[in-house]
Amino acid sequence: MQEEVLLQMRHIEKRFPGVLALNGVDFTLRKGEIHALMGENGAGKSTLIKVLTGVYQMDGGEISVEGTNISIRSPQDAQNKGISTVYQEITLCPNLTVAENMFIGREGGAWVKHKDYEKRADEILTHLGIPARSTQQLGNCSLAVQQMVAIARAVDMNCKVLILDEPTSSLDDKEVNMLFDLMRDLKAKGVGIIFVTHFLEQVYEVSDRITVLRNGELVGEYLTEELPQVELVAKMIGKELDELSNLGDTEEKEHKDSEVLYEASNLSSTDAMPFDFSIRKGEVNGFTGLLGSGRSESVRAIFGADKVTGGSVKIKGKPVKITKPIDAMKNGIGYLAEDRKRDGIIAELSVRENIILALQVMNGLFKPISRSEAEAFADEYIKVLNIKTASRETPVGSLSGGNQQKVILARWLLTHPDYLILDEPTRGIDVGTKLEIQKLVLKLAEEGVSVTFISSEVEEMLRTCSRLIVMRDRHIVGELKGADLNQTQVMKTIAGGEA
Amino acid sequence: MKMNNAKNREPLTDTQLLMSITIVIFVVMYLIAMIFLGGGFLHAQQIFDMLNDNASLIIVSCGLTIVMIGGGIDISVGAVTSLVVMSCVLYLNNGGNILVSIFLAVGIGLAFGLVQGFLISYLEIQPFIVTLAGMFFARGMTTILSVNPQKADHEGFAKLRDAKIEINALGYTAKNGNLVPARMELGVVVALACVVLIFILLKYLRLGRNFYAMGGNQQSALMLGINVKRTRFLSYILSGLLSGISGYVFMLHTGAGNATNAAGMEMNAIASSIIGGTLLTGGVGNVAGTFFGTLTLTTIKKIVVSSGLNDPWWQSITTGGMLCFFILLQSVVLSKRSKKKKQ
Amino acid sequence: MKKNNTKFLAGGLGQLTIPLVAIALLVIFNLIRDPGFFSIGIMHNNAGNIVLAGNLISIINGASELAILAMGMTMVTAACGGQDISVGAAAAIAGSVFVKVLKSADSIGGGTVIGAFLLACIVAMLFGTFNGILVAVFKIQPMIATLILYTCGRSIAYWINGGATPTVESPIINAIGSFIPGIPIPTPVLIVVVMGILFKLLFHFTSLELFTQSVGINGSAARLNGINSTFIKLLSFIILGVCVAVSGSIGVSRLGLINHETLLLDIEMDTILAVAIGGNNLGGGKFKIGGSIIGAYVIQMLTITLYAMKVSSTDVKAYKAIVIILLVVIGSPVVKEKFGKFMSKMLENRKKVSVKGAEES
Repeated sequence: MQEEVLLQMRHIEKRFPGVLALNGVDFTLRKGEIHALMGENGAGKSTLIKVLTGVYQMDGGEISVEGTNISIRSPQDAQNKGISTVYQEITLCPNLTVAENMFIGREGGAWVKHKDYEKRADEILTHLGIPARSTQQLGNCSLAVQQMVAIARAVDMNCKVLILDEPTSSLDDKEVNMLFDLMRDLKAKGVGIIFVTHFLEQVYEVSDRITVLRNGELVGEYLTEELPQVELVAKMIGKELDELSNLGDTEEKEHKDSEVLYEASNLSSTDAMPFDFSIRKGEVNGFTGLLGSGRSESVRAIFGADKVTGGSVKIKGKPVKITKPIDAMKNGIGYLAEDRKRDGIIAELSVRENIILALQVMNGLFKPISRSEAEAFADEYIKVLNIKTASRETPVGSLSGGNQQKVILARWLLTHPDYLILDEPTRGIDVGTKLEIQKLVLKLAEEGVSVTFISSEVEEMLRTCSRLIVMRDRHIVGELKGADLNQTQVMKTIAGGEA
Repeated sequence: MKMNNAKNREPLTDTQLLMSITIVIFVVMYLIAMIFLGGGFLHAQQIFDMLNDNASLIIVSCGLTIVMIGGGIDISVGAVTSLVVMSCVLYLNNGGNILVSIFLAVGIGLAFGLVQGFLISYLEIQPFIVTLAGMFFARGMTTILSVNPQKADHEGFAKLRDAKIEINALGYTAKNGNLVPARMELGVVVALACVVLIFILLKYLRLGRNFYAMGGNQQSALMLGINVKRTRFLSYILSGLLSGISGYVFMLHTGAGNATNAAGMEMNAIASSIIGGTLLTGGVGNVAGTFFGTLTLTTIKKIVVSSGLNDPWWQSITTGGMLCFFILLQSVVLSKRSKKKKQ
Repeated sequence: MKKNNTKFLAGGLGQLTIPLVAIALLVIFNLIRDPGFFSIGIMHNNAGNIVLAGNLISIINGASELAILAMGMTMVTAACGGQDISVGAAAAIAGSVFVKVLKSADSIGGGTVIGAFLLACIVAMLFGTFNGILVAVFKIQPMIATLILYTCGRSIAYWINGGATPTVESPIINAIGSFIPGIPIPTPVLIVVVMGILFKLLFHFTSLELFTQSVGINGSAARLNGINSTFIKLLSFIILGVCVAVSGSIGVSRLGLINHETLLLDIEMDTILAVAIGGNNLGGGKFKIGGSIIGAYVIQMLTITLYAMKVSSTDVKAYKAIVIILLVVIGSPVVKEKFGKFMSKMLENRKKVSVKGAEES
């Protein structure tokens, strides 16, 4: 194998207010290799990619391409220096044709040479085996093809380093194979590919090397063939294998006596495959699995956040119909969404307004919570959850991530739910707050609230949950409790296959 | 298109689809009018009359289409047209020169485009507010120039105004046996030239394609290496420029300046663009569609009048109904399309 | 530095800074030009009532329809992130319905007027629902959706009036349009106050304000918190419909006749402007009704000031445009940022100069 170093990143540092997102990370990419960059949420891989593509400016460290130090000022600059990125969300124009998308922004002269571009585009598409025609409107192609067109564009720009950021998350198996063939083709041509994904099998199928990040730090760089899947998961999640097997049993809680609070059978939504699930009163359970395994989609189906397409639901034994969020809320279910910015906070409204929102919605339009009542609620929860804010009238968008999360927690606690679903409540927030939230979950359970807790950090879930539902490829592949509830077992189940 | 396309037909782009719908509806509507109403609709002059009356509307609609493709809006176009008419008439009446008056028209339009484009692109002020202020300014300036209607009495201009292109082949024989040729004003030539030039610009020039990219997805356009600010700036400049030309054409048609000239033209232009298949969300549209959109709007008015519904309110009610029909049709067609893609 | 500057510019008043500064500047300008500009006189009107008169009164009175429409427009803007351009046309329809009912009665008593107004309200709310369905259900941008009614609204009014401009003569209508005997304040001003109080009560007794803002700021989060955003958007158009009926009825009562072509002509543009000057984001989200009302008075004060300076009513638009552009340019985030950078550079330079000066000496 060629060992010529193509790209070297040394001691990269990147700071955000209050967080050290990258702490002296090294990364090396060689010519003609596919290098997987792995890590769970908040590990720093997307920050590293953004530094490399000029979206962020690094605070320390250096980057060199083929031995020369370079500085990258903008995405455009990165492209000119031979570093191209294909993002998960397509960054092409859906209303233009395939050929136009491949050549726009990089051609000279005043005229669009349609014939030329179409001919060249068709050549490249055929050459790379991409099933698209140059004159098609991009928006009419499948997502996989759109992604490949983006890659074709990058390839035609003579890129040396190609970054694929979660390229397979919206593709089916056949499309994934097409993409892999394309990647192998490019590899043979000497392009260095950085492959960011959360699908373990795919990493093993296509990559030569793996670099693992965790909490903004480098865990290590490994040859793919020398790193078993279980060990990879362990490295991503943060415990060495030996240490894991030594870990004692977590505290055991049995809920056999308490009544079943929520029961779903064959529940499915536009985004979730049919699944069965039930939870007892006062129980804390978890959905685990890597990102994209369907864990979030399943709990969204429980809450009615996506369009429910089938299945039946019983609450306390009585059949109920939950098709939209308000139905779930009226049945005592609360849901803290995974994406805090997009689905959680109303950024420009105050802490007070954000806290009372869900309760107010349940009260309805005509029973407003009075100002003084709202202030009392806000003050209470600011104190109970120790929310750090200048005042209750501060716009929630100006708070730190952890405090924003607490505000949303307060919003749901205020509705006094019987069943609270927390999807990644500890994502991107500091360690202290993480602990507070875990303690809170246990306290709620003691008070009789059922909680579903999702986290990318298995350790966190082991500490809080008495039952773990493991998902892979959008299906439930196991349910762990009792003695099975330990890291080794969890990782084996997540990784699947032979361990 | 090429031969091989016939075998291997591409699905239409959104732009082509919406434009085709408009053209088909226009043709069907016109045929129905010919069959059931006959009369004027059977003569080519009917089409020429529609063009003569709407040359300046076609021109401003082209400008608006450009801006809307880029994801913006310009509601100053009608007022600028009116200001240009008044300025040029006054200039000519005070012993001006024809050539200079043309430069004056284009200059006023350009000035509006420059200032509005700068405020919108580089100071990032909402286009609606900027062009609303532009509209107020232009209307106000028109009345400051003259509250009273001004008739252009410039000799050279009168010749230009009365110049008609006569096409015998498309004429008809009047009752007294004389051949009445089809007549087309000079303004129509200008309007058609504008349509063709803008069509070429949008389809074959880099700038035109960048308008589509910017309207399709501004963030992507930026990532693909397009200077979005400059592109937006240029779209408003073009719209201003076309408003200037439209003003001159308007003057050629009416021969007089009046403070109420081109009142409500901005909304007619927006309606023409929408009927022609331009989406206010940006990225989709075509001047050929806009051209037929204007004709569709005019035809429906003619049909209403020819059907004996002489009350003026029938015209705007049918226009409103037409607009409603097209807006809903487009909304349904496009949402069907995106659903299909998802599956 | 940048933050400090924007904070300083935004001041403690937040989004009301710009309209209040504009009012203050206009007041100062007028006082310098004519110290007696704002003096309020007491006089007898034609009907022999004691009434207040003066520029200030005509500003506040003249802005009534605009202020009422601005209140409703603020709701639509906040919930839908777009504007209704059909308010003028819809007001003409509502006014026509109002007159139609009055004309059909044998004698115009209090009950007739209330009935006429209620019918006008219902009609305006129906048209609001039509716009609202296009926007909320069919997801068409408000400006395009309301273009339909903008195009044909005045013709519908023409049809209701049968092509004429019917007049109504009645002391009650006269009182609504000018003064109620014994009360020296113009009635339209009182109606604005009533509408303001109604909105205040609406926000006090319902949680509409919170829901509307949530839908406008973050639709996705609002949905996940159980808010029915389709309903909220529709409701904003219906509320605007009520405002349209009220201002249409005032407009008719002022003149005692309905002219479908001129009633509240071009008011949609002024209304949107009032909302923008009031510091509300035309892209939706957080809103202050009070800001829009002040915005309406800024526009009217500007107009009356220009009239007082002998600018003819048709020319006013040009000067208004210049003031508007100045206001939005000052309020533009880009300008604020550039200005902040420029100021910090100036300060740095000054420091350098003073350091240099110190070294030299």
